[in-house]
Amino acid sequence: MSSMDVTNLSRNYFRKMFAEGKRFDGRSNFDLKEVQIEYNISNKAEGSARVRLGKTEVVAGVKLETGAPYPDSLDKGNLMVSGDLLPLASPRFESGPPGFDAIELPRLIDRELRESGAIDFKKLCIKEGENVWTIIVDIYPINDDGALIDASSIAAIAALKNAKLPGLNEEGKVDYSREFGEKIPLNEDIIPISFTFYKLGESLILHPTREEEEACEAKITFGISKWNGQYMVNSCQKGGKATFSGKEIAKIMEILPEKYEEIIKNLGNLLK
Amino acid sequence: MLIMIIMENEINAVQEENGDSEFINSDAGAEIEAEVKAERKVVIPGEVIISGDDFLPGEGVRREGEDLIASRYGLAEQVGRVVKIIPITGAFVPRRGNVVLGRIIDVLHNGWLVDIDTAGSAFLPVAEVPRYINQHEMGQYLAVGDVIAAKIWSIKGRGIDLAMKGRGLGKIEGGFMFRVNPSRVPRIIGREGSMISLIKEETGCNITVGQNGWIWLKGSSTDNEIKARRAIEVVAGKVHLGGLTEQMEAWFKEN
Repeated sequence: MSSMDVTNLSRNYFRKMFAEGKRFDGRSNFDLKEVQIEYNISNKAEGSARVRLGKTEVVAGVKLETGAPYPDSLDKGNLMVSGDLLPLASPRFESGPPGFDAIELPRLIDRELRESGAIDFKKLCIKEGENVWTIIVDIYPINDDGALIDASSIAAIAALKNAKLPGLNEEGKVDYSREFGEKIPLNEDIIPISFTFYKLGESLILHPTREEEEACEAKITFGISKWNGQYMVNSCQKGGKATFSGKEIAKIMEILPEKYEEIIKNLGNLLK
Repeated sequence: MLIMIIMENEINAVQEENGDSEFINSDAGAEIEAEVKAERKVVIPGEVIISGDDFLPGEGVRREGEDLIASRYGLAEQVGRVVKIIPITGAFVPRRGNVVLGRIIDVLHNGWLVDIDTAGSAFLPVAEVPRYINQHEMGQYLAVGDVIAAKIWSIKGRGIDLAMKGRGLGKIEGGFMFRVNPSRVPRIIGREGSMISLIKEETGCNITVGQNGWIWLKGSSTDNEIKARRAIEVVAGKVHLGGLTEQMEAWFKEN
């Protein structure tokens, strides 16, 4: 809808504000939003979490299934991430076939989770070549006030950490009536989290609100995790029309570890 | 929904008590008393507000037999015999003579298409521009994404026509724009403009409030502008309370 488009006035004004390092909610350009996590949102999912990042709200659920493995990874489990941009979350989202953003979101989360090595896929194998676990992560934004990808990445890892493997029957099929077993085999030390940097003019910002996000000209998402004391970039995706210079990427790389530590500290005991 | 209504009722009740005890000799006190007398009640669509032939249905209210029934979610108010609803939510319903802010969405050969947050777009004819404009240079005067203040000239079946001749109307330059729910606009302006002039005085900003909930702001410094916007958003979040002007005076002292 056209009324959602940003006016020239607002874009120029945001450009000026970001250059001064000011934002309407009192944060400076790289200040993060407040994060909250709630667990066990759904009683039919094996794991679920609701994450609030400022006013942005995302629900993620984890379902577990058994099935035949893919022919190229006979001894490994599978991961499937799906997402839907519900019309209730934002006036920008419409029902119907998924658009660019609706395809991008789960793919980014998928890549970031998979490449970080947070999930031990080998331990998801029940019987090699015949029966393996498939982890299905569903992401549902409830309210989009910007930084949806960043909020979704926290929701996804929180839901995974919350999930338990259901019991199996004699044939190795899932039996939900049986007692739930142990948690999903995760590498406890690896916590993958996405950071999306938005660019307007010469300024970069983190965790935008919706109107800030709409005013921005380009974005770049990095999936970050820490392994053996080293920060790793697990995934990267750039969107929007403007370009990022090498200098800007270098600056982002400087900020990333700092911000990663900050959000891990903010999450603190929330992520268990 | 239900919880919200209960909460709002409680807030109203608290406010009424305050109104009686605290604000006695100020203007805002008079405003509160008037509101207490009006007995505002939160209603939802389909709710019977009052029964009897003594009352007349006003805005957002319809009559079904004996009963006056709410068609909108808002505060029911009785003024004399007329019962009307002050909506809490809802889209902008354009009226002739409304001053609105709009965003240019297209440049045509004889005028501009303007988005004013209504179901259809509005049209601004080139003749409304106060100076001569070459047909090929229309985009230089008003380009896509520019903001104008205009008056709704007529509403026909085909669409809305805008006029831009008049004081305070025209292309808007500098400052920034944001949106609030259009049902909050009357409270933001206040009784005879009391609220908006308070905010203007305290922050030194120029503010234009469109009836469609689009607000334009320009001040001497970014900090003042941020403050003015925060003040307006505080007001927009407290529409159902009485004595807001008084409260905002206190808010400005604190911040």
